[in-house]
Amino acid sequence: MTILEFSLLLCASSLVAGLVGALTGLGGGVVLVPLLTLLFKVDIRYAVGASLVSVIATSSGAAAAYVKEGFSNIRIGMFLEIATTLGALLGAALATRVSTHAIAIVFGLVLLFSAYFSRKPRSQAAREAPRDRIADWLRLNGSFPGTNGLTNYNVQNVPLGWALMFVAGTLSGLLGIGSGAMKVLAMDQAMKIPFKVSTTTSNFMIGVTAAASAGVYLNRGYIDPGLAMPVMLGVLAGSLLGAQILMRVHAKWLRLGFSLVIVLLAIEMLYNGISGRI
Amino acid sequence: MLKNWGDQKIEIIVGQLLRVGVLLSASVVFIGGCIYLVRHGGSPVNYGAFQGEPADLKSIGGIFRFAARMHGRGIIQLGLLLLIATPVTRVAFSIFGFAEERDGRYVVFTSIVFAILMYSLFASV
Repeated sequence: MTILEFSLLLCASSLVAGLVGALTGLGGGVVLVPLLTLLFKVDIRYAVGASLVSVIATSSGAAAAYVKEGFSNIRIGMFLEIATTLGALLGAALATRVSTHAIAIVFGLVLLFSAYFSRKPRSQAAREAPRDRIADWLRLNGSFPGTNGLTNYNVQNVPLGWALMFVAGTLSGLLGIGSGAMKVLAMDQAMKIPFKVSTTTSNFMIGVTAAASAGVYLNRGYIDPGLAMPVMLGVLAGSLLGAQILMRVHAKWLRLGFSLVIVLLAIEMLYNGISGRI
Repeated sequence: MLKNWGDQKIEIIVGQLLRVGVLLSASVVFIGGCIYLVRHGGSPVNYGAFQGEPADLKSIGGIFRFAARMHGRGIIQLGLLLLIATPVTRVAFSIFGFAEERDGRYVVFTSIVFAILMYSLFASV
């Protein structure tokens, strides 16, 4: 295959990955890394490098739209980014020391968890949480435009949320994904932050987290321009298209279908990792 | 506690900044990609074996030198560097935002995140 054919094919595939990532809400990276390693036989470290770059592009591209809605909480985001960026440095350091088989196995497991978690139904009911001393001191409590005007929320379990964010950052740096599912788990489930606030704040944090590990990958020579170019442009186009589709159609069955695709990819990654093919 | 309007203002500016950063870097990557494909599009592909990038495409100074000579791969890498710099700029911007609100605690937190990002870009190996 020539470089031109390879680049065009890769750009088209990345567009699909970006589209699926946007429609499932899991981000382009979760489809991209399996696609590059399983289909295109790219070394997983190159794949992770290219994926990190596209994660920054999608997160930053979508942020402008989220910000207008007024849901994201910049203080929660910034405080937790200390945890995710430190984790991202650890993850990027681990990527050079761990075997590619192990990376593939961890990837498969995280993919399964993400697919399960994103399908789990959740209650939209307002929570009556007491004020928490640490959250008060950190000024994390806030409000968001709910159905009955501004709704206030009190943040809980800050240390647990911070620890989960560190793990999310580590996985992001190791696997080249945004770890959005894990970030939302930390905020929505552990810290009791309203779901809408959690998802938009998570998107805001993903770009900064990915940038922390992308710097390390760049300095190590894991970001190849020939590979990252079609991938970044394709994923960006796909995710913008996906966002447009989500605004127009109620994508319940579409999401279910693509979640099944994600589960199949996870099993394929696990199989290839365990059998030593990756 | 009501939503802080200073926060809202910072976030809107920052959101626009991110969009401009992504558009700019995508354009640079696209231009570099065109040059690269015109010059090397016909060569065979090999990504199966991990070799790492040449020194010129790893360090920030090297990328600028490579891009200045109008090498396609150098220009793509410059675009990717701009992309990585976009969220970093966002963090730097937030430091000033919190300073303007006289929120010392968050000036410190944001500066820590900024320092981690600087370490990753300039000091990590």
